Amino acid sequence: MIQVLSGQLLIGLINGSFYALLSLGLAIIFGLLNVVNFAHGAQYMLGAFVAWMGLRYLGVGYWWALLLTPVVVGLLGIVFERLCLRRLYGLDPLYGLLLTFGLALVLEGIFQNAFGISGNSYPVPALLQGGTNLGFMYLPRYRAWVVLVSLAVCFGSWFVIERTRLGAYLRAGTENPVLLQGLGVNVPLMFSLTYGYGVALAAFAGVMAAPIYQVTPLMGSSVIIVVFAVVVIGGMGSILGSILTGLGLGLVEGLTKFLYPPASDVVVFAVMALVLLVRPAGLFGRAR
Amino acid sequence: MSRTNRNFALIAALAVSTAGPAAAQVSDGVVKVGVLTDMTGAYSDLAGPGSVVAAQMAAEDFGGKVLGKPIVVISSDHQNKPDIASTTARRWFDEQQVDVIADLVTSSTALAVMPIAAEKRRITLLSGPGSTPIVGEKCTAYNVHYTYNTYAMAAGTGRAVVQQGGKSWFFITADYVFGKSLEADTSKVVEAAGGKIVGGVKAPFPTTDFSSYLLQAQGSGAQIVGLANAGADTINAIKQANEFGLTKKQSLAGLLVFLSDVHSLGLATAKGMYLTTAFYWDRDEASRAWSKRFFERAKKMPTMVQAGVYSELMHYFAAVQAAGTDDADKVMAKMREIPVNDFFAKNGRIGADGLHRHDMYLAQVKSPEESKYPWDYYRIVKTIPAAEAFEPPDPSCPLVKR
Repeated sequence: MIQVLSGQLLIGLINGSFYALLSLGLAIIFGLLNVVNFAHGAQYMLGAFVAWMGLRYLGVGYWWALLLTPVVVGLLGIVFERLCLRRLYGLDPLYGLLLTFGLALVLEGIFQNAFGISGNSYPVPALLQGGTNLGFMYLPRYRAWVVLVSLAVCFGSWFVIERTRLGAYLRAGTENPVLLQGLGVNVPLMFSLTYGYGVALAAFAGVMAAPIYQVTPLMGSSVIIVVFAVVVIGGMGSILGSILTGLGLGLVEGLTKFLYPPASDVVVFAVMALVLLVRPAGLFGRAR
Repeated sequence: MSRTNRNFALIAALAVSTAGPAAAQVSDGVVKVGVLTDMTGAYSDLAGPGSVVAAQMAAEDFGGKVLGKPIVVISSDHQNKPDIASTTARRWFDEQQVDVIADLVTSSTALAVMPIAAEKRRITLLSGPGSTPIVGEKCTAYNVHYTYNTYAMAAGTGRAVVQQGGKSWFFITADYVFGKSLEADTSKVVEAAGGKIVGGVKAPFPTTDFSSYLLQAQGSGAQIVGLANAGADTINAIKQANEFGLTKKQSLAGLLVFLSDVHSLGLATAKGMYLTTAFYWDRDEASRAWSKRFFERAKKMPTMVQAGVYSELMHYFAAVQAAGTDDADKVMAKMREIPVNDFFAKNGRIGADGLHRHDMYLAQVKSPEESKYPWDYYRIVKTIPAAEAFEPPDPSCPLVKR
């Protein structure tokens, strides 16, 4: 019993680190730009597909993909921000939501048309194949890697934004962009880079996910809803909140899958409802 | 015109009318086929655009005409929604003179359209859907369930796996009607063959991450982990089962796996898995010849559903020809009377319940080393005779004589 439970908790932690990685990007974009990026799931899918296409057509392996894909997809994100998204900055966040939702539908449609619905399989890189028997469960090496890398990237991002000078500029930009620009900081460029970084994080998660899940056009739309719930529970825009909530919800979900599987796809939303009843701004959020 | 000439014309006209009394009996002067399928959703790879290609090939191969009247193929996307399917079917029947609707992948859409077709005396030829009530309590007199059903898939794979020594089973089941009926059908067969069910888990539908359920399957110690799900769920479950080393000690049995699933999984992941299929493109000379023509147009090898659409339509056209009319009652009688003999089925017979009983095949997925050319995916392990593959007529269907 204890053995089974610890296995389920570990799996919950693995899934939680995915949620954390994805919700981090969303939280950064919302927290700093006040944009609800509904294209996040599609950008995650794009990351997985770019990695797959690189391997299939250009022979670019997993390690290079891990490095290059976020750059490529992040640049696409910057182009989108420059051409479309920035025109909506002063407006109600609803407009940005609609625009990014539209982008998501277009991206998914294009990939569905080109690659079909069943998608493609991405192999686990040779170095990370196999696994270790922990006694209570068999831990695939790749999943251990996912946890380590996600945590490193999450806390690295948190550190940069909350504890460095660059992060201070970013936070200042959200508080008062006009004043910051007056001090000689190129605020529009900073906003572009911020959006690009959030998108790059989604693409990075996509590459991480490719060897585990089937690379399909709709892989993002199935995960994005949960990730949004994570961001809401953590407190919209709170970076540390979304990381910790992502991990925590992974654990809660893992437990539910073990105790009562039919509830596992709604437990996240039940938690969300409860949290919002008690703390409307989320666990780590500040009321605005 | 001279007198002799006129007489000759009269005789010729008489001769034509006796040879083909029904030339005038094709309603609206056209035989119209509507392919109603999932063009973009979860089943668009195993049916979808490929089913439309198959229908067009059938129309062309039959010569583009039946009883001298043109064959027209139209298609529409039902998005796996029963309400869209039934609205489209009504429009096709009432306004567009559609005589027959083919494919109807997803059982819920088939079950929605069948009673409408029966009421309007038009024919439904099902290839994609799999649920067994279609030829049971929900059967209609104007329906043919042509390619497969969940019983045939479950029985084929379940029995074969138990015979190979896979006695203890654990199920990972998609938590909705289809998954549960697939699990129930398989359990019956497994227990009848001397196997035993040691446990199971119901996974919400859809699920992307199966690791938690796979862990439970590993903990159960069962020899066989049966996957009572379909499409993306099956694909992800198989992929992750490999990742978690489940396939080292236990074996997977996919209960509803299509060629398109194996293609997208890749052989390295899917190798060794048993599955049941109604059709495999590389099985013999005839299936290869047709499939290569299909490949030319669709750029992929046909699944059993797509091959089934072609075969059922050829059978329908032949029945219209033989009946000398497109009158639904007479065509249905002919379709039941004439056995199906083509690259798809040998001596297939359509019963009073509408089920097309034909041989099925137990296949095993090849390893990457065994695969010699593109799409070389299955080894046919054995032929399951029609009588064993399909269930006897279900007495809950009113058309079945007790």
